[in-house]
Amino acid sequence: MCNHHENKNCFEYVDSQMPRVFLELVVNGEKVQELIDPTMTLLNFLRINLKLFGTKEGCGEGECGACTIIMNNRTVNSCLVLAIEAQDADILTVEGLSKDGELSVLQQEFIKYDALQCGFCTPGMLMSARALLDRNPDPTTEEVKEGIAGNFCRCTGYQTIVDAILSAAKREREELR
Amino acid sequence: MEKREYRHIGKPLDRAEALEKVTGRATYVHDMELPGMLYGKSLHSPYARARIVSIDTSDAKALPGVKAVLTGEDTSHLIGLYMIDKRIIASGITRYQGEVVAAVAAIDEDTAEKAISLIKVEYEKLPAVLNIDDALEAKILVHEDINELEYLKGVFFPQPDSNIASWNKTITGDVEKAFLESDFVIESEMYLPAAAHTPIETHVAIAEVNPYSDKIKIWSSAQSPFAIRQLMAKSFGIPEGEIQVIVPYVGGAFGGKAGVHLEPLAALLSKACKGRPVKVQATREEEFNQLPSRAGMRSKIKTGVTKDGKITGFKAYYDWDSGAYADYGVNVGKTAIYSGAGAYEIPNVEIHSRTLYTNKVFSTAYRGFGHLETHWAIERQMDIVAQKIGMDPYEFRMKNILEPGKHTISGEIISESTGSPGDCLTAVAKAINWTGYQSEEERKAQMKTGKVRGKGIALLQKAPAMPTSTTTSAIIQMDGDGNAKVLIGAIDMGQGANTAMRQIAAEALDLPIEKVEVVWEADTHKNPYDWQTVASKFTYMGGNAVIRAAEDAILQMKKVAAQVFRCEADKLEHKDGYIYHVHHMEKRLPYGKLARGYAYENGNAIGGVVIGRGTYIADGLTNLDAETGQGLPALVWTYGAHGIDLEVDIETGDIHIFKIASAFDVGQVINRKVIEGQIIGGVLQGLGSALFEGMIFNQEGKLMNPSFTDYKIPTAMDIPDEMVPICIENPQFDGPFGARGVAEHPMISVPSVVGNALYDALGINFYELPLSPENVALAIVNNKKED
Repeated sequence: MCNHHENKNCFEYVDSQMPRVFLELVVNGEKVQELIDPTMTLLNFLRINLKLFGTKEGCGEGECGACTIIMNNRTVNSCLVLAIEAQDADILTVEGLSKDGELSVLQQEFIKYDALQCGFCTPGMLMSARALLDRNPDPTTEEVKEGIAGNFCRCTGYQTIVDAILSAAKREREELR
Repeated sequence: MEKREYRHIGKPLDRAEALEKVTGRATYVHDMELPGMLYGKSLHSPYARARIVSIDTSDAKALPGVKAVLTGEDTSHLIGLYMIDKRIIASGITRYQGEVVAAVAAIDEDTAEKAISLIKVEYEKLPAVLNIDDALEAKILVHEDINELEYLKGVFFPQPDSNIASWNKTITGDVEKAFLESDFVIESEMYLPAAAHTPIETHVAIAEVNPYSDKIKIWSSAQSPFAIRQLMAKSFGIPEGEIQVIVPYVGGAFGGKAGVHLEPLAALLSKACKGRPVKVQATREEEFNQLPSRAGMRSKIKTGVTKDGKITGFKAYYDWDSGAYADYGVNVGKTAIYSGAGAYEIPNVEIHSRTLYTNKVFSTAYRGFGHLETHWAIERQMDIVAQKIGMDPYEFRMKNILEPGKHTISGEIISESTGSPGDCLTAVAKAINWTGYQSEEERKAQMKTGKVRGKGIALLQKAPAMPTSTTTSAIIQMDGDGNAKVLIGAIDMGQGANTAMRQIAAEALDLPIEKVEVVWEADTHKNPYDWQTVASKFTYMGGNAVIRAAEDAILQMKKVAAQVFRCEADKLEHKDGYIYHVHHMEKRLPYGKLARGYAYENGNAIGGVVIGRGTYIADGLTNLDAETGQGLPALVWTYGAHGIDLEVDIETGDIHIFKIASAFDVGQVINRKVIEGQIIGGVLQGLGSALFEGMIFNQEGKLMNPSFTDYKIPTAMDIPDEMVPICIENPQFDGPFGARGVAEHPMISVPSVVGNALYDALGINFYELPLSPENVALAIVNNKKED
C-alpha cells in the first residue's frame, strides 16, 4: 500500500488535492448536502452521487433531451448544467413524479396511450411534459409538440406521446375542478 | 377464413414493462455499475486510410488511475458476422475515420479520456476508396487480403483482388430479349446516402473476464446475446458456453445493436485489468463514426414494359457503399436479389447486388435492411414508368402485383396465405382519396399560390433475411399457484416482443393475463436459445415456439390429470386455468394442483414440475443458387403500402404532410396498441430518411456530421398532421393465430411515397435522397430554368 500523502503519483493523493465545493439543494423533496467536484455536471451529480439513474444521458451535448429535469420549475438539460449551478435549487426528476407509490396522472396516461417503446427517452420526455402542464394546463396540440420538441424519441413517432400529454392535461384540469 | 374472437389476441393490452419505464426504474446497461468496475475509452483514426507508423502509450500508461492501455499489437483476434474481416483494434492499417486504434481502461471516465489524449500515434496517410466507382475500379484495395478472408461460403461471394465483399445475382428468364420485345424501356439511376440508427441509448457493454479460466460475463445493450456469444467464442477460440451474455433493458437498437460491437473490446480491456469489469459506452460521436450505419446505395435500374402496362423485364445493379468491414452489409446486399424488384410478378429479371468495401464507417443492419434502400429505387421507378406509358401508377402497380399463384423473382409461388399486397395498396389509395396524378393545368394553377399539393402511393414487401436454419425456443414453467412464467431468448428493445408473447402464452394456456409473465432480462445462461432479435421474425417464430411450449405444458398437466381421473389424456381439455374432463365437467383440476406434480390425500404423489418446452425452426428454406438466385429464402412475407397527401412550399422547398396512411397485411393483430406504435414510429423514422437524414463525408472521407447538432432526426415538430395505421388481416396459415411480423416494414417505401407525391405536386422526378428543403427548392429552380 502506498502512503497517499507522500506519493504524488498516487491517484488517491491527486484526488485528495482536487477542490471541493459545498452543494445544498432539494431533490424530489429531499434536502441534499454534499461536497462535490465543482466541474461535475448536474446529470453526473444526480446519477453518480445520488444514484438517481432514471435520468439518462443520450448525447452529453444538450441536443437530445434524455437528461431533461425540472430545476426551479423550468426544464434544463442536466448534462449542460454544472451541479454547483443548482445551489439552493429545487430539482424534480422522474423518480419524484409518483407520490406514495401512486403514479401521477401523466405517468398513467403514458402507459395508457403506449407513449413509450424502448423507454430511454421517457424520463426526459415526462419531465418536459410535466413542466409544460405546470405552465400551461390547457395546451393545444401544437403547444404540446413545441413543449417536447427538445426531446428526441427514435421509437414512437411522438404521436402517442402527444396524445398522452393532452389526455393528462384534460384529466388534471378535471381533477382541479 | 372466418375471423375468430380471442380472449387476449388482438387486444390493446398495456405493455408489461411500462410501469418500470415511466418511473425511471428500468435499468439499462447505461445505468449499471459493478463492484470494481473500470471505464474504457477509445482513440480513433483521424484518417480514412492510413498506416500506423508508431504508437507511444507510455504517457497514458504512466497516468495515475490508468489500469490498461491496448493497441492493435496486443490483439490478433479477427471477428465478423459473415466475413471474418475486422480486428478488434486496428493494427498496421486503419480503414476508416473513427476506427479504434487504441483503448484505455481507467478508474473513471475522466481519467480514461485524459489517458486517451496522452497517446501519441504517428500515421502515414494513404489514398482512400471513398466512392462506389473507385471501389469498383479497385486501384486501391480496402482489404488487401480479401482473397484470404474467411467467409460464409455458398451464401456470399467475395470477388478476388477487388473491393467486392459479396456479389449476389438473380438471373431468371432472358431480360435482354424482354427489353427488345418491350414497347418501352425506361432506365433510371437513384441514390441514397448512408444513415445512422441513432438509438437514444448509445452502444454500451460491460465485460468481466475471469483471469483464471475462459469464462467471460457480458452485460450489453444488444439485440443478439446468443450471436455475441457465438461470434466471440469463435474469435477467442473458446466454447460458446464459457461466455454469458446478459441483456437488461435496451434503449433502442433498430438493427444497429445486432451482431457484435463493443463487447470484444470491453473483454480485452477486462482481461488486461486482471478481470475487473470494464464498461465501454460509446459517446454520441462514436455512435456516428465508430459504430456502423446504414450503407449508402446507388441503383441503376432498367424496366421493360408493354404499352398496356405489363412489366416484361427488370434489370438492376445495386451497389452498396458499405464501408470498411462487411458486418451485416453483405446480407443487406443479398436481400436485393430476392426482394429487389418489389412485390410484383416479373418474368425476366437480372439483378446484381454488390456490397462494396470503401474507407468509410462500416455499415450494418438497419430496420428493414436492404429494403428501404432498394424500394427507394423500385417504387420511384414504378411511378416513372407509369408516367412514361401514361398510366395511373395505382393501376400500373395493380396490373403487375403479386397474387396467389404468381411467383416471386426467386421462384417462390405465392399462396392465399402469403398475404395480399393488393389489399394494402387499395387500402391506402382509399385512405388518401387517390384519383391519379393531377393534370399539368391543375399543377400550374396551384403553383401560383406558392404552395402545391400532391399525393403519392408506394408498395413494399419484406421477408426475414436470415440463415435457412434459423431457430428459436421458449420455456413455460408453471408456478405452484398456477401462474405461468415464460422464458424466451428474444430481446424486447421497445418493439413489444415480451408483451406480444405474454398475450400469446395467455391465449394458448387460457389464463387471465395477470397470471402470465414473460421474464425480463435475457441471459444466455438461463434463457432458451434465440438466433437474434432481428428481421421482424420473432412474432412469427417466437410466437409459434411459445404456443408449442404452452401446448407441451398443458399436455404434461393432462397426463397427470388423466391418472387422477382414471381416463385417457385425450378426454381432457383445458380452460381458464383448469384441466377438465370433456364429458364430466365437474372433474377438473386447477393448473396449480398439477404444476409441481399431483399429491393424493394419502400423500402419494405423481407427475413432477411442469415445464413446457417449445421450439421453432425455419423449415423448407434453401440457399439461393449462386448464379440464378433461385431458391426459397423467405419464411414469411409481409406486404404493405403507404399513401401520402402533402404540400410543398415552392419558395423554401419545405414539405408539409397532411396525412400518411400505412397499411400492412399483418395476418392477425396480436396487440393493437403495440402494432400501431410500431407502424407510426417506423413511418416517422422513414420520414427522417426521406426528408433530412444522411451522413456527409468530406473529400478525405471524414464524417462531417457526427452529432445531433448536424445530423437531425425527426422531432415532435416533424410529425404529419395525421398518421393512419391500417392493419389488414389475411391470416398466415402457420403464423401464431395467423400473425406475421411487421416491426421493420413501416420504414420501407416511406422515402419513395414522398418522392412520388413530389412528382404529383411539382411534376419533377427526384432520384436522390434526402428530399430536404434545400434539395427540393434547388430542383424547383432548376426545373424552371429548363422550362
